[in-house]
Amino acid sequence: MITSIARTSWLNLRRDRAAAVLSFVVPLVFFSIFAGIFAGQRNSTSKVRVAIADEDRSPESKKLIDALARESSLEVRRGPDSKQPAIRFDARSVDEYVRKGSAPAAIVIPKGYGAAPFRFGGTSAGPRFRILADSSDPVASNVISGMLQKVVMTAAPASMIRAGTRELDRWSGGLTAQQKSTIEQNISTFEKRPAAEKGSGGTIVGIDVVDVLGKSKKNPIVAFYAAGIGVMFLLFTASNAGGALLEEAESGTLDRILSTRVTFTQLLLGKGLYLWTLAVTQLTVMFLWGALVFGLELRSHLAGFVLMTAATAVATSAFGLLLAALANTRQQLGAISTLVVLSISALGGSMFPRFLMPAGLQKVGLVLFNAWAIEGFTRVFWREEPLSSLAVPILVLLAFGVAFFAIARRLARRWEVA
Amino acid sequence: MQPLQIEDVVKSFGERRALDSVSLELREREILGMLGPNGAGKSTLVRTMMGRVSPDSGSVRIFGQTAPAGDTESRRAVGVVPQEIALYPLLTVRENLGVFGRYHGLDGSALEESVNKALHWAGLTDRAADVTKTLSGGMKRRLNIAAGVLHEPRILLLDEPTVGVDPQSRERIYEMIESLRERGVSILYTTHYMEEAERLCDRIAIIDHGRIIAMGTQEALVSQTIGGAREIVLDCDMAPGAAAAAALADRGASIDGTRIVIRAEKPAETMAEILAVAAKNALPIRDLSMKRPTLENVFLHLTGRELRE
Ligand SMILES: Nc1ncnc2c1ncn2[C@@H]1O[C@H](COP(=O)(O)OP(=O)(O)OP(=O)(O)O)[C@@H](O)[C@H]1O
Ligand SMILES: [Mg+2]
Repeated sequence: MITSIARTSWLNLRRDRAAAVLSFVVPLVFFSIFAGIFAGQRNSTSKVRVAIADEDRSPESKKLIDALARESSLEVRRGPDSKQPAIRFDARSVDEYVRKGSAPAAIVIPKGYGAAPFRFGGTSAGPRFRILADSSDPVASNVISGMLQKVVMTAAPASMIRAGTRELDRWSGGLTAQQKSTIEQNISTFEKRPAAEKGSGGTIVGIDVVDVLGKSKKNPIVAFYAAGIGVMFLLFTASNAGGALLEEAESGTLDRILSTRVTFTQLLLGKGLYLWTLAVTQLTVMFLWGALVFGLELRSHLAGFVLMTAATAVATSAFGLLLAALANTRQQLGAISTLVVLSISALGGSMFPRFLMPAGLQKVGLVLFNAWAIEGFTRVFWREEPLSSLAVPILVLLAFGVAFFAIARRLARRWEVA
Repeated sequence: MQPLQIEDVVKSFGERRALDSVSLELREREILGMLGPNGAGKSTLVRTMMGRVSPDSGSVRIFGQTAPAGDTESRRAVGVVPQEIALYPLLTVRENLGVFGRYHGLDGSALEESVNKALHWAGLTDRAADVTKTLSGGMKRRLNIAAGVLHEPRILLLDEPTVGVDPQSRERIYEMIESLRERGVSILYTTHYMEEAERLCDRIAIIDHGRIIAMGTQEALVSQTIGGAREIVLDCDMAPGAAAAAALADRGASIDGTRIVIRAEKPAETMAEILAVAAKNALPIRDLSMKRPTLENVFLHLTGRELRE
């Protein structure tokens, strides 16, 4: 008896091909997406991008930059535009670069680095390195500060220590040849030793890590998750609610509605409007909760929030209609939307920030409207960019919305007249 | 000018021909029944009239005007009651009527008034505030019909409006529909219950395999197909003896134990003869009856099949 019940269920699943395929395909797709995201992490192809401003402009600082550039785990940017290598970063432009999210962190090589060489402990008042970090990516700033230490201590000028030795030589009134050779020996051993042993933390090289973003924020990472999770659930709600259309087609209600003065385009627009208001409400509730419970600064970012919410809701509601128009049954809709929503949420950065993904996957995000929504919210709440910076994300979202609606309208023709 | 005219409508779904050159007209203030078995094409024809099915060829005219598929403008005078319960189950009765009234372009006091009227007409006034899914099956059916007449259409298309409804509730629905006819509405009534067509309809079209195979009043249909012939059934207390059986068989009777069935072209004469045979052979008669031919018989005559397979 029990086996016949199980058998009946299998039979049902087999009849609904789409659902059957999806119940096996969805896990595979997810496995692949996450494998892609996380494999890329450990893979040497995923480099941490670092912008470097050289305020010293000495041969030593140039050497240091070259050494950093040779590091396989770093992708060094010397100027804001790779096509114009002549334009180099300065302290201000590099700060802006990080604020915009173009790199998770930057190094500022201080003036006097070449002249006043290596100092122990960084306790003396000499020039100190600054790392400008976007604290949303704590990994990056740690990696960079570690690398900087290593490079300064090894590839970076042993010559600097030698320069120090020369000074010592002068002060002490001359080192003996034997003393000199001992130092020389020590230097070469030092060069061979792994970086980690050379001192813990930032004690050897003077480094100040400056949080250029989210300094004033009580709980900055909340902004990310409010946007990411908010947009993902918007998609689920939209596709679910879009399914009402399928129900109406099945129950004959669609027949009845279309026998009134309501045209099909009006019907679809009406559903879209409903989804839009639903999405706006959902995001508002999400961010209000974030503000009340997690100290998200909603009030000071109200204008950006309103603009981004309105535009995001246009895209997600049209997307819901599109999914509903694609599916033939409620079950199919469920399966399709699980697949599509989870995939684009993963790739679009709802579950895992996009800037931590391998470069290839990051590019995929550019064609995903939800990535643009998250990007827009990030610009508002995280980078605190001016409203004008929202023009592109908003236009992209609106364009996606219009396109989705147009396709949904076309697909829905099959309901219109048989 | 007839309220509704269908001319030579053909519609196929893939290989399957659902409508095969169907022509019919709905006259002013009549209830035209459309009777046919499952899959005959009734719903497809109604949906063609509604403009939800686009025919491969042929035309639909409403008050003389061509009404292309998908066009709602030419169908303003048409009300529709789908075969399914096409209502929002979570809304109340009044809300449902309000919704569809608004879709028909009503609002304000006109809407209120037409909703109240429809509630009264369907006998649902005291259930107005109830959530629709909590109604009984018969009430849902009545509400389903009421939602189609809010805008006071001059033509009403009903697709099997009494499916799954018990006989008493059905009678209630017939009365609702007859009151519409009195108000001057022309009604197309689709059904596969023959009794329903007989009870309610002024004219009947019989549809099978997408074709209209007969159309007219019930009497006309009977005389066109079965003609004057009637079936006479004689029940005896005992089986007829050999002589009586031979005499009855001479008149085309089929004998099954104590029951004798005779198909008679001239029923009055045949009946007299049967009585004479019975008297002569001292055959004790329990019951003698002549059945009025039904649409069932008409259908059987036309297709060689029972209406309900
Ligand atoms: N949208 C459709 N797609 C494919 N075939 C269809 C479609 N609609 C109807 N048909 C087919 O057309 C034929 C007529 O169907 P229709 O629904 O008109 O029958 P009906 O007379 O209303 O039957 P019932 O009494 O069961 O309601 C059937 O064979 C049906 O399978
Ligand atoms: Mg039907």
